[in-house]
Formats: sequence, C-alpha cells, structure tokens
Amino acid sequence: MFDLDAWQEIFSTMRKNLLRTILTGFSVSWGIFMLIILLGSGRGLENAAKSSFNRGAVNSLWVFPGSTSMSYKGMKPGRELQFHDRDYEETKRKNDEIEHITSRFTIVFNTILSYKNKTAEYEIQSARETDMFVEQMEILEGRFINIRDIEKSRKVAVISPIVRDYFFGEEDPMGKYIIANGIAFKVVGIFKDASERNHYRIYIPTTTAQNLYNGRNNVSYLGLTIKPMSVQGARDFEDKLRTQFAERHKFNPEDSRAMFINNNWEYYNQMLNIFLGIKIFIWIIGILSIIAAIVGVINIMLITVKERTKEIGVRKAIGATPGSVIRMVIFESLIITSFFGYLGLFFGTAIIELVSNLIPPNEMFNRPEVSLPTAIGATLLLIAFGTLAGYFPARNAANIKPIEALHDE
Amino acid sequence: MIRLSRLHKSYITGSNRLHVLKGIDLFIDSGELVSVVGSSGSGKSTLLNVIGILDSYDDGEYYLGNNLIQGLTEKRSAWYRNQMIGFVFQSFNLISFKNAMENVALPLYYQNIPRKKRNRIALEYLEKMGLLDWAEHLPSELSGGQKQRVAIARALVTNPKIILADEPTGALDTQTSYEVMSLFKEINEEGITVIIVTHEKDISERTKRIIHLTDGIIEKEYTTKLKVNYV
Repeated sequence: MFDLDAWQEIFSTMRKNLLRTILTGFSVSWGIFMLIILLGSGRGLENAAKSSFNRGAVNSLWVFPGSTSMSYKGMKPGRELQFHDRDYEETKRKNDEIEHITSRFTIVFNTILSYKNKTAEYEIQSARETDMFVEQMEILEGRFINIRDIEKSRKVAVISPIVRDYFFGEEDPMGKYIIANGIAFKVVGIFKDASERNHYRIYIPTTTAQNLYNGRNNVSYLGLTIKPMSVQGARDFEDKLRTQFAERHKFNPEDSRAMFINNNWEYYNQMLNIFLGIKIFIWIIGILSIIAAIVGVINIMLITVKERTKEIGVRKAIGATPGSVIRMVIFESLIITSFFGYLGLFFGTAIIELVSNLIPPNEMFNRPEVSLPTAIGATLLLIAFGTLAGYFPARNAANIKPIEALHDE
Repeated sequence: MIRLSRLHKSYITGSNRLHVLKGIDLFIDSGELVSVVGSSGSGKSTLLNVIGILDSYDDGEYYLGNNLIQGLTEKRSAWYRNQMIGFVFQSFNLISFKNAMENVALPLYYQNIPRKKRNRIALEYLEKMGLLDWAEHLPSELSGGQKQRVAIARALVTNPKIILADEPTGALDTQTSYEVMSLFKEINEEGITVIIVTHEKDISERTKRIIHLTDGIIEKEYTTKLKVNYV
C-alpha cells in the first residue's frame, strides 16, 4: 500500500485542509525544534565545561601540602608541611594505581622572561617528562622535557604558542635561548594544552628549577594520573595516599588540613553526572513538548475524521476495507508529523550550526552540536508518535458505519 | 439474483425496540428493474441497506447470487460491495475534492487497479454518460443531473451485477429525474439488475416491477405495463 496511489490519496486530502495541516504541523515542528535547540545548547555547555577543565587529565590527582590542625604525637598543630623528593619517589614506588607521576617546584619570584630586546612576565612552571600525560599536552614542535633533562638538570624550556608568538614571531624558536633571572634556557619544544589558560607559561625541568631557585630537594606539590578505576576506587586511593604521607610527615591521618588532594577523576565524574542529568531533563522537557504537539495532531485528526465521516462512509460503501481506512488516516498523521518534525529538526540543526560558527568558543559555551544519534533518536520518536497520533482517529474512522454516514440530513 | 426469506430487522434505540422489517420474502431475478415504494418509515431504505450489505439483519436469510450474506467480516462485506454492487444516492455523495474522473475511478482504486488504467476506464464511463468534457471538473462545478450521472458512472465502473439506488431522483427536478430514469432503463437493458427506492409514484411507474412496503412487510407488488425490450 506504499504505492504512489496511496500517497496521492493522502496528499489530495491534505491539500484540502492546507492551512489546518500547516498550523497543526507547526506545533510538531516547534516541539522538535525546541528539543534540538535545547540538546545542542546542552552539548555546548558540556563542551565548554569539559574544555575549561584545566586541572590536567581527567584521571589526575594533585597532592598539595597544608599545615596541621591537630596535635599529633606531642607535636602542636599549625606545623607547615614541606614535600621532598622522597615523597615523589616513595609515592611512585608504593602505588601500583599510578600511571604517571610528576613533582613540581613552584617558582614564585623573578618570572620575567626576555629574548633579545623583548621582555614579558610569564609563569615558569617546573615539570618532569610525565607532565605531558598529567597535564594532557601535545607537542606541536620539537620535544617535551625528557628524562635526561631531569637527570642532568639541563637548562631547557618548552614554551607555549603564545610565548613563541610573543618572543619569536616569525622566527624559528628552536635552539634559541630565553633568559629568565639571568639564566639562559634553550627552547627545545612547543607544547599545546587542552586548556588555553595553561598557555601563559613555559616549562623547565623540575630538577633544574630546584637547583637554580634554591629548592634543594624540596617539592611544592605532586601530580599524578591513576589507572582506570571507579570513583570509589579513586577515593580509597586518596585515603591510601593520605595514610602514606601521614606516616612520613607524622601527622594525624584524620587531619584534613595537613594535606590536600584534588581528585579530578571524582570532579570529572561529578561533572559528567551533572551533564547526564541536564541531558535527561532536556529530553523529558522535549518529549513533553512533543507530546503536547502530538495531542494537537490527534485532536485535529479526530476533527478531520469527524468532518470526513460522510466521505469515509462513501469510500466504505464503494469497497474501502477498514484496513485501508486505517492506513489512510495513520499515513496522513505520519506524514504530517514526519514532514513537519523533520522541518523542525532541520531548522534546529541549522541554527545550532550557525550559532556554533558565529559564537567563538568560550568558557560558557563551546561548539554546540546535534549528534547523529540524537537526530536519529528524534526522528524515530517522531515516527513513533506520528503512528500513535494516527491510531485513535484511525480507529474512529474504521468504525464509521456507511449507513449512518450516508444518512441524508 | 437476490433472495430474501423471512427477513427481520430491528433497531434498538435506548430501551425501545423498533421492528423495521417484519419478515420479508422477496425474490429479484437477474436483469430486473424494480422499484421499492412506501411511505417514510415503511422500511424501504432499511431493506435497501440490507440488500447492499451496508447493514446487518437479525433473522431470516439473504442470498446474493449463491452466497449467503450473513455474519460477514467488514473486509468481506467491503469486497462484496465493491465487486457486486453499485450504489447511487439521493445526495450523490461524490467526494468534493476529487474531480469527476477521480470520483468515478475511486471504486477501482480499492480493486488495486493502477491509476492510469482506472482513469481510462473512468473516462469510458463518463463518455457513456455524455460527461467526457466534464471529467476534470469538481462536483461543485456540476449541475444536479450531471452529479447524479457521475455517481451512476461510479456505480457502474466496477461492472457490478446490481445497482442499488436510494431516492436517486429525490434532489432533481422532474425533467432531470426522467432523464436519470431512462439512464437506469438503459443500464437495465444491458442486463444489470436495478433496484430503486423511491416515494415518487411517477418514478416507480418507470420501472417494471413495483414492490409496495408498508410497516415492514410487503403489502403488495405488481408489474407495470412498461414496455421492455429484453436484449
């Protein structure tokens, strides 16, 4: 029955009530349009939140020293903790959960850099070879800090595109020397971080930083990534780390101010849950508004069937089977919902694409998009609802008795 | 062609039971031109509906050809109506948004005949009715007589055994009524059984056999002096 004739039958009846068909269809278009806009915007928010997740890799943990708030084994509270290379080494050795680990020595003064006659203040961050993974960087040119740099405390620097553009412009930065605090650092590579905020810095080897800035074997903080595990697993690992540090630094493991752990894996999963929640919420709102539109379609189809009682009666008298009447009405509803729903889908997607191209990615909104599964899901939803919308009116139509329909007024 | 025996039909409206047909015995042979007359409420339209399988009956038997018409599914009834019977109504019942040709072709659509073929057949029948020039016109652009001739073409297009006409001239003036009646006569002369329900005496007199219904029973019936030339 999907032949040309069936379509012509339906289209000729739809043409008859063109305005009404369009008005009904508009509510369907609008429902789908809003769903797509909401979903696309939700994705934009999600992308923005994910890309401004500038705490390094999603599975990273950062361990900072604090100062004790509880007395412990005869020691008064208020003791400031200082991490050392030993903390880095033992943490690395004792924990199989760790994928990559780095230690950093923060340079807090004299961070003015110069090259030739240009001067600027940027952050000088220390790093080990593993920082590439802990911070999630890529190398655009040259190389990152390697194990030999660490071992030999080489005076090398890996710079960001922003630093490169400022100091070197068109010049090739590789092998050139940047001066910091009177010391020359050889540029060996250019990194790119997923978070643009980390681009206002250069990296030098941690050991070099310790040597040059009177760090001895002091470590400011540790960063590490963990192997795949559950959120609860990461929390347990946090406790394990805390116990190890408490033992080395002699503080009460219950003392929450002695050291701080930023568990990004937990933050990241919380964020994912929030966006999952938002997405579910959007779908519910979207489906409810589509249902409102579908009720409109059902309503109008019931009226249409009522108005066409006589015509359907005539059709039945001259040989239309109940099946053919049901098909006729369901197809009509299906065509209205599919066609107008598709229009809504099309315009919704078009607007999302337009916005995506017009608004530069920022902290709040980044690359809104409609994914293919979403579009397919919405289309299937339309077909399901279209059939459903046609069902009740079709049943009414099939129940029309020719003699009652043909009864002369 | 049509055989009814002790046929009963009642309508139940609320708590009332309206006995409309009270035991009809009737035999109509192939090729007859019959009119059913009676006052309003006599059951003549109900009788036509039962014969046209548009309505069921409660008791008795109805044979159409050799087929007992009883307890049919809707699908089967639709098939019989489509294959065996052509309907003509007082108010024409043409589909307003279809042109004359499409209206005539509609029964063929339900026989799954391709569009080109059914339109060609429809045009043949419109030509027989002298309406070829009006094929592309919508019913609203036709006169009453023209509409009824389109409706008759639609009834004939499936080449049925029987034409059932319910007050076919009720909405037409006398002159047009007589033209329609002579059309029925021509159809009948081609061998098709024609049954016309009417309350107009002059119309019934233009058929060969008149069945007079009063209060749900056949009160009397007689053949007219109409000259009939059997083919």
